[in-house]
Amino acid sequence: MAACDSSAPSTLSPAGPAARQITGLWWLLFWISAVVSVVVFVLLGRAVLRGRRAGERVNTRSGNRFVLIMGVALPVLVLAGVYVVGLRDMRALQHDGEPAAYTVEVVGHKWWWEVRYPDDGAVTANEIHIPAGEPVDLELTTEDVNHSLWVPELAPKVDLIAGRTNTLRLEADEPGEYRGQCAEFCGLQHANMAFIVVAHPPEEFRSWLANESEPAPEPDTQPAAEGLEVLESSSCATCHTVRGTEAGGTLGPDLTHLAGRRYLGAGAVPNNPGHLAGWISDAQSIKPGNEMPPQPLPSEDLQALLAYLETLE
Amino acid sequence: MTVKPDTTTAASAPRAADDAVGERLSETWPEEHGLWAWFTTVDHKKIGRRYMVTAAAYFVLAGVAALVMRTQLAGPNGDVVDPELFDQLFSLHGTAMIFLFATPMLFGFGNFLVPLMLGTRDMAFPRLNAFGYWVFAAAGILMFGSLLFEAAPNAGWFAYVPLSGSDHSPGYNLDVYTLGLLFLGVSTTAGAINFIVTALKLRAPGMSLNRVPVFVWAIVVTSFMVIFALPPLNVANAMLFLDRRFGTNFFDTAEGGDAVLWQHLFWLFGHPDVYIIVLPALGIVSAIVPTFSRRAIAAYPLIVLATVATGIISFGVWVHHMFAVGLPDLSLTFFSAASLIITVPAGIQVFCWLGTMLMGRLVLNVAMLWVLGFIVLFVLGGVTGVMFAIVPFDQQTTDSYFVVAHFHYVLFGGAVFPIIAGLFYWWPKFTGRMTSRRGGLWSFWLTFAGFNLAFFPMHISGLLGMPRRIYVYPGDTGWTVWNLLSTLGAYLLTVGLLVTLGTLVHSLRRGERATDDPWGGETLEWAATSPPKVYNLPVIPTAHSLTPMWDERSLASFTDGIADDERVLAHQHAVLRTSELDGRLEHPPLEMPEDSPLPLVVAASLFAGTLALLLGWYEGTLVLLVAVAALCWWLWPHRSPIPEDGADGGGGQT
Amino acid sequence: MNAVDMRSVSRATEPEALATERPRGRTPAWWGMVLLITTEVVLFAVLLASYFFVQFTTEGPWPPGGIRTPELRLPLIMTVLLLSSSAPMAWADRAIRRGYQGQLAAGLALALLLGAAFLTLQGIEYDTKLAEFTWTSYAYGSLFYAITGFHGFHVAAGLFMIGFTLVGTLRGRYTYERHERVRQVAFYWHAIDGLWILILSSLYLSPHV
Ligand code: HEA
Ligand code: HEA
Ligand code: HEC
Ligand code: CUA
Ligand SMILES: [Cu+2]
Repeated sequence: MAACDSSAPSTLSPAGPAARQITGLWWLLFWISAVVSVVVFVLLGRAVLRGRRAGERVNTRSGNRFVLIMGVALPVLVLAGVYVVGLRDMRALQHDGEPAAYTVEVVGHKWWWEVRYPDDGAVTANEIHIPAGEPVDLELTTEDVNHSLWVPELAPKVDLIAGRTNTLRLEADEPGEYRGQCAEFCGLQHANMAFIVVAHPPEEFRSWLANESEPAPEPDTQPAAEGLEVLESSSCATCHTVRGTEAGGTLGPDLTHLAGRRYLGAGAVPNNPGHLAGWISDAQSIKPGNEMPPQPLPSEDLQALLAYLETLE
Repeated sequence: MTVKPDTTTAASAPRAADDAVGERLSETWPEEHGLWAWFTTVDHKKIGRRYMVTAAAYFVLAGVAALVMRTQLAGPNGDVVDPELFDQLFSLHGTAMIFLFATPMLFGFGNFLVPLMLGTRDMAFPRLNAFGYWVFAAAGILMFGSLLFEAAPNAGWFAYVPLSGSDHSPGYNLDVYTLGLLFLGVSTTAGAINFIVTALKLRAPGMSLNRVPVFVWAIVVTSFMVIFALPPLNVANAMLFLDRRFGTNFFDTAEGGDAVLWQHLFWLFGHPDVYIIVLPALGIVSAIVPTFSRRAIAAYPLIVLATVATGIISFGVWVHHMFAVGLPDLSLTFFSAASLIITVPAGIQVFCWLGTMLMGRLVLNVAMLWVLGFIVLFVLGGVTGVMFAIVPFDQQTTDSYFVVAHFHYVLFGGAVFPIIAGLFYWWPKFTGRMTSRRGGLWSFWLTFAGFNLAFFPMHISGLLGMPRRIYVYPGDTGWTVWNLLSTLGAYLLTVGLLVTLGTLVHSLRRGERATDDPWGGETLEWAATSPPKVYNLPVIPTAHSLTPMWDERSLASFTDGIADDERVLAHQHAVLRTSELDGRLEHPPLEMPEDSPLPLVVAASLFAGTLALLLGWYEGTLVLLVAVAALCWWLWPHRSPIPEDGADGGGGQT
Repeated sequence: MNAVDMRSVSRATEPEALATERPRGRTPAWWGMVLLITTEVVLFAVLLASYFFVQFTTEGPWPPGGIRTPELRLPLIMTVLLLSSSAPMAWADRAIRRGYQGQLAAGLALALLLGAAFLTLQGIEYDTKLAEFTWTSYAYGSLFYAITGFHGFHVAAGLFMIGFTLVGTLRGRYTYERHERVRQVAFYWHAIDGLWILILSSLYLSPHV
């Protein structure tokens, strides 16, 4: 079972301390369950076989003792043990107040993730960048309905609950990309509310963060400059922010460093010029029901816009 | 402990009694035919059968919804349905399976069997019983009908706020959910009260509490759970409806409301509810196992105690559905412990059945085969439940397909398998016909294989990180093959269920005529004819043991009672009344109401009022005055031949 | 005459039958009413629990948003009225078990009056309250009106039942042999009174401490 597809965001191939703890717990629970089930099945088989033997006498004892031993005493012992292990693992996941290297704010939206680095001013979407080997705290809130943040390979999930703030400790052993997804049903596009956690080597993370905290680069080509104008003058600006420009909307993801992202629309499609054009002109056909209306732009405006967006590294 | 005697001579005692007094009884308990009688009957057996047929129809509809979902999920990026429809399908599937299939189906068994097992002639409040059925049937029409208008519930079966609030779910969908469940709740509550009172007051003389069949115990505990568990759901739904329609702020966090309150209220109902479903199903198992083990159930006091304990403890575990919400650790550890404790009574029941089988001589009949299948699946589903009780594991797997796997093992394996076992077991009693063994074997093996193929892979896709309630998934996640297997399994399962249905329907036409007691059962329903006469038993017997049909003295009470007017009650449309604890006879007998159109009238006007409220046509709710008027007529102290009024009093207001 | 009829004749003429207060076991209807009341009490318990849940998750003053702590004068008068209505109800119930139909009618009428007075005062109280806050004013307002309103609805239903019983009484339908219905209505009425005490202490008194 464990040796499945390696690309799966599997809880059985943990890549962080919290998930690894739980994988151990899983295998313990699995074996206990296997033993319990086998005991029951063996008894069941015996009853069937005995029934086949004709003429055997019916035992008229009450059966109280059998039930008290097998159905009460043994299970209580097993369950008490399991409970203690559960408490131990719960405590282990609490990391004893060890401070986090970074605190990242994650805000759930229908149906995308806003990711903020408050100390540095960086804001991005649908990607959570962390330094590998360092603990990071995520502060989870939601803008609208409940969501749940789940990166199976790294940590157990925590809900984003309306009106509350929750915290999740995230740590990856090694640099890499880990798929995450919203796990609490949040409406039409709950299925396409994915994200990735990108764990960098610590140095690389710091330079990523420094770049991400910068405002958008000035457009350095003619089409790009025109694109910026389109962005600022069209409806895009009412929903999206591009730091360093007039665009300051907050309904949609911050686009300041859009070009560096791997996916568009919370995992809906890979981020490449073709999909980007498709997304802008009709995001509804890619992710039906999402909150960005189709933007029927004249094709030259669209081209300029694309040219500009591609500069947003 | 009694051992089953040779049944051939013994079981003829009820027959002899029937030959002696049956004709006289048929005059006081006439068999009515025709359309009017169809709409006005209050006979618990007819109502019970109706409950079962209607619930089966809703099962098929909810099952077809699941098949569409499985087809969509067979491969990545499925496009059989759009997300709007998918959300309605899974919400309706879950809501309907829980509320419109499982509980009513088991209430149907209870309705048919409880009075028979207790040795009485009807439920305590027959008209209330008929009313409950009509309300249930109408609630199902409302819920499934809403799908035709694309207005079916679409926020999942637990409809979390704020998603289910008016900001995020405009349209009627969630109003159908809240009002539909409130309306249905009337029926469930009425049914529960009826079961409890019947079991407390109408038992055959001599049937003290330690002689009550485990199935009846299970129904009674379930009913008590309904009494305590339904109010939180009703309060939550009423609040949500008010929030959506009239701008109240119970759940609006911006206005001081609380979104987690909904979760608490829902699961305070929701967790007990899963045992409300499973307990009667386990009761069915406890009825079948002794018959086919040829001995009384092992450790009867323990299994009764376990049933009662499950009912009580189940009110203390609800937070295990909220382990990822971010509640304080103290609360998590408490509810984790409680969830572990509740497995003990479940284990007791499993080992009571195993003990019975091991100490008896197992007869591998079709019904018993379904029971064996049930035990396998229930244990597999139970052990994953135990895993969730461990907080960190739950936080990792909650809201994934691992949970979907768990609850189908316990719901389908733990409730549907016993239901089908019960159908095969009591089919002769329900219909007077035997079922084909060959058909039964095919139906079992196909369903069992299909079930495991459909739901076992969900454990794996869940562990591989697949969340539930997603209408599409990408192809590069490693989930594809497991989903494909699941879908194939669901088709195979459907074939199995079709064979089941075919076997049962075939028996109706071609089946051999059933004798009164084809299996040599131990409880009193087997004393009645197959199918039972309107009056159930010709003579109200005296119960001398837990297994009256295997006990000479109880059987003799049938023939001894022929001459005793008080036991035959041929002159009155009445039933015997006994004391709550030890089943001593009380006077006078309880007069039973005749057939009546009132239940249908009240149910219909209540339904019309609910529809008016749903559609926002508030003047239309005045139709509820019809219900009030009908209730007044219903409860008016009409002149009565027996001085003390009892039946159907006071059950029905508000 | 069959055996049952014989028995009821003899039962009615024996000396001990004259003391008909002694219940001959509990009837199904009695249990039905007890269970109905149980589920209603749970309903109110859940509503009140929701009230306290919201109170504890609210930061700042309670009631929130400048709503004043409820005045106690009118609610206390209402309490006196409602609680005192239980007395004539109990009296009526006792009377009919001895066969006094006149006392039954008088008791019911008195309970009816007191209950109606309670509802009237509740109307007046709503009038002043609504000027201050409505059911859309914070979750507090929603809970306040939902709980008191739902209780008021139960009082109205109880009054309807009492009236219904009164009509039956005037038609002579209740006798010392047949009074089960009265007992159940009385039960229901006492339960409503009891629930009011819970509501009074939760919604009106608790914010003062
Ligand atoms: C019939 C229905 C039914 C039954 C019987 C059960 C039985 C149990 N359930 Fe399940 N459960 C559901 C229906 C049911 N459940 C549903 C519908 C959901 C999901 C709702 C939703 O989210 O949509 C759910 C979800 C659910 C969760 C939340 C998961 C999540 O969403 O994160 C949890 C957590 O603790 C849980 C626990 C348990 C436990 C401990 C039992 C125990 O009672 C099981 C006990 C039985 C056994 C253990 C087997 C027999 C015992 C022995 C052989 C003795 C020896 C055993 C041992 C020593 C282990 N269930
Ligand atoms: C008793 C409860 C019950 C039962 C029996 C079932 C039965 C089935 N369920 Fe059920 N399911 C739930 C309760 C149940 N489910 C609940 C509570 C949820 C959660 C909903 C939510 O998230 O809100 C859920 C969710 C759920 C999901 C997850 C959806 C999601 O998260 O996106 C899936 C996916 O595969 C699924 C599949 C199935 C299938 C294939 C069956 C099959 O077993 C169905 C088989 C039946 C048929 C195909 C009908 C046709 C049969 C005949 C024609 C023969 C008739 C025979 C007789 C009458 C004897 N269910
Ligand atoms: C009414 C609000 C609105 C307008 C107007 C709007 N957007 Fe969006 N946009 C959104 C929302 C909401 C999302 C997130 C959708 C999702 O993933 O579910 C989004 C997503 C995007 C994304 C993908 C971002 C990512 O990281 O996944 C891009 C690129 C984008 N918009 C560009 C544009 C451009 C260019 C325009 C103008 C031509 C525009 N948007 C106009 C609301 C808007
Ligand atoms: Cu967000 Cu599901
Ligand atoms: Cu539960």
